[in-house]
Amino acid sequence: MSYDAPIKELGETSLLPEGTTANEITETIAGVTENPAPRGWWLLFLLSLSALGAMTAALAYLFVQGVGVWGNNAPIYWAWDITNFVWWIGIGHAGTLISAILFLFRQKWRTSINRFAEAMTVFAVLCAGLFPAIHTGRPWFDYYLFPLPNQMDMWPNFKSPLMWDVFAVSTYLTISVIFWYVGLIPDFATLRDRSKNLTRKRIYGFFALGWRGAHRHWQHYERAYLILAGISTPLVLSVHSVVSFDFATSVVPGWHTTIFPPYFVAGAVFSGFALVMTLMLICRSIFKLQNIVTIRHLDLMNKFMLGTALLVGYAYAMEFFIAWYSSNPYEQWVFFHNRLGWGQLDSSGNWGPLWWAYYAMVFCNVIVPQIFWFKRARTSVPIMLIASVLINIGMWFERFVIIVTSTYQDFLPSSWGMFHPTAIDILTYLGTFGLFFTLFLLFVRWVPMIAIAEVKGNLPGAHPDLHAIQAHDEAPDAVGAPVPAE
Amino acid sequence: MANETKKPALYLAEYDTPNAIAQAAMKVRDAGYENWDCHTPYAMHGMDEAMGLKPTRIGVLSFIFGMLGVATAVAMMQYTNAFDFNLLNIGAGYPLIVGGKPPGAFPSMVPIMFELGVLLCGFATLFGLLGIIKLPMHNHPIFASDRFEAATDDKYFISIEAGDQKFDLDRTRALLEATNPTYIELVEEEVL
Repeated sequence: MSYDAPIKELGETSLLPEGTTANEITETIAGVTENPAPRGWWLLFLLSLSALGAMTAALAYLFVQGVGVWGNNAPIYWAWDITNFVWWIGIGHAGTLISAILFLFRQKWRTSINRFAEAMTVFAVLCAGLFPAIHTGRPWFDYYLFPLPNQMDMWPNFKSPLMWDVFAVSTYLTISVIFWYVGLIPDFATLRDRSKNLTRKRIYGFFALGWRGAHRHWQHYERAYLILAGISTPLVLSVHSVVSFDFATSVVPGWHTTIFPPYFVAGAVFSGFALVMTLMLICRSIFKLQNIVTIRHLDLMNKFMLGTALLVGYAYAMEFFIAWYSSNPYEQWVFFHNRLGWGQLDSSGNWGPLWWAYYAMVFCNVIVPQIFWFKRARTSVPIMLIASVLINIGMWFERFVIIVTSTYQDFLPSSWGMFHPTAIDILTYLGTFGLFFTLFLLFVRWVPMIAIAEVKGNLPGAHPDLHAIQAHDEAPDAVGAPVPAE
Repeated sequence: MANETKKPALYLAEYDTPNAIAQAAMKVRDAGYENWDCHTPYAMHGMDEAMGLKPTRIGVLSFIFGMLGVATAVAMMQYTNAFDFNLLNIGAGYPLIVGGKPPGAFPSMVPIMFELGVLLCGFATLFGLLGIIKLPMHNHPIFASDRFEAATDDKYFISIEAGDQKFDLDRTRALLEATNPTYIELVEEEVL
C-alpha cells in the first residue's frame, strides 16, 4: 500500500509539531481519560443530562397521548419529526466521510479527527433513528417494519422507499459501530496497559480483546479496516440518497426532483463537517489538544465546508431553474411563493408566510461559508466557531423548508394549511441534543477521542527504511551493527 | 506458592527504533523461526516484508459474505412480495402491485440488496478478523512481562515463542542478543 506516499496538499512535512514523540501522544490523549474531569465537562454533562430527562418526559407524554401532541396535521403530515431525522442523519455523514473516504484517499490529516467524527456519527444516527421509531406515537408496533413471520401473513412492502430507509439506516448504524470499534481496539489496549487500578485494567482489557500489537494481527487488521472503509464509502452515499428517495419518489411539488440524492448527500456532509468543527473547537480548548488538532487541520476542514457549501448553493439554484423551466404552476408556486415569498402570486397579496425560513437557510448555508475563501477566516477560531454553528442552524432550516414549505400549500387551495410547532415538538428536538451530548461527553471522558495508534503511525520516521537496512547490512564492515535511527 | 512450577513461554526483546526492530526481524526471519512476532504500538509498514509474511486473505471472506447478503435480500424480497406459497410454514408471501409495477419488480429491490450486502460484508469482516487473529484472548503469557506494557506506547518488541521448533533457551537468546536489543527477558508461564 502506498499509504506513505506524499500528499500534495501537505507536502511531506509532519502535521504535528516538530519533535512530538509517541509517548507524548499517548500521554496527551490517554491523559484525558485518566485525569479528573475539568469543571467545564461536569457543567456540560449535567446540562445534557437534564435535556435528556426533558426528552424522556416529552416522549412519555407522546406515547400516552399519541401524535396529536405534535403540530403535525393535514396537510403537513411530516414536520419536525422528519426534519430532525434528516438533520441528525446528515450530521452523521461527516463522520463516515472523514473516517472512510479520506482514508481511501490517504489523507493523513484525518487521523487527528476521525475517531471523534466516528463517535459523532454513531450518536447522531442514534438520535436520528429515534424519530422514525417514535413518529407513529406507538413505538411498540415498530416490529412491523421488519420481515418477521407472523400469524397474519403480513409482510413489508419492499417497493416503498420508507422500507429502504429502515434497512439503510439500521445498516448504517451497525457498520458505523463496527468501524468505530475496530479502530478502537488498539487504543483500548493502550489504556489497559496504562491502567493503575484493577477495575480500569479489567474494563479496558475486556474491550481490548487481549490486543498485543502483534504484527501478524496488524497485517489482517489493516486490511479489515481498509475493507470496512471501502464498504462504508458507498454506504454513506446510499444512506442519504435513500433518505432523499423518501421525498423524491413522491409527486409533491418541491420533492419530486432528480437532483435530490446528490443534493442531500452534499448537504449532509456539509452539516456534519460543521458539527465536527463546533465540537472539536470546544473539546480542543477544554482538553488542551491544540498540539494534535492543529490550525492546519481546521484550515483543511474549512476548505471542505466551503466546497460543500458551493455544491449545496448550486443545488438550491438548480431547483429554482427547473421550477421555472418546467412551467409547472404547482412547482413554481412552491418555489416562488412558498419559499421565496413573492406575494404577487398570492390572491390575498400577502407574502408567503414562511419566507423567512428560506432566507435564513440561504444566508447560513450559502453566504456565511463564503468567508472561508479568506485564509484569515479559515485560521481564526472564533470565526469558524460562529460560522459552523450558523451552518448547522441553516442546515436544519434546509430540511424544514423542504418538508414544510412543499406541503403547506400544494395542489388544492381548499386543502391548504399551516404548521405551528407545539411545546412538545420543541422539547423533543432539544431533548435529542441531550441524548447526543450525554453520550458524546461520556465518550470524550472514557474513550480515547483521538486515534492514538494512527496518529503515531504518521510521525516522521515511524516506519522502517528497509532499503537503508539492507544497504547497511550488505556493507562488509557493518554486519551486526545497528542502523542509526533517523 | 511453593509448589508452583513454571516453564519458559517466550523470549521478549525490546527495541527503541523502527529500523532496529525491522533489522532484527529480518535476522529472526532468516534464522528460520515460524512461531514469533513483532509487537508495535501502531501498524508499521514494511514489516510484512521484514517478517516474510504472506499477504492477508481476509478480503475473500468479506466478498463471499457480501454476495451472500445480496442473495439473501433477493430471496427475502421475492418471497414476501412476489410469490404466495408457504415455505416451511413461516407464512405465505403477499404479491403486491404498487405504482403499477409487477410484484417482483427488480429495480425497487436494488437499495435493500445493496444494504444487506454491506451489512453481511461488515459482519464477516469483523468476525473474520477476530477469527483469523484469534482474539479475544485475554490470557496470553506475554502479558506477564511488565516491560511489555510499553508495546502499546512507544517501544517495539520481538517475541519468539517456546512452541517454535527451533526454540532453544541458549541459541535463541544468542540470536536475539546479536540483534542489539535494549532489553531481553525470558517470560515464563505456569504449568497447569
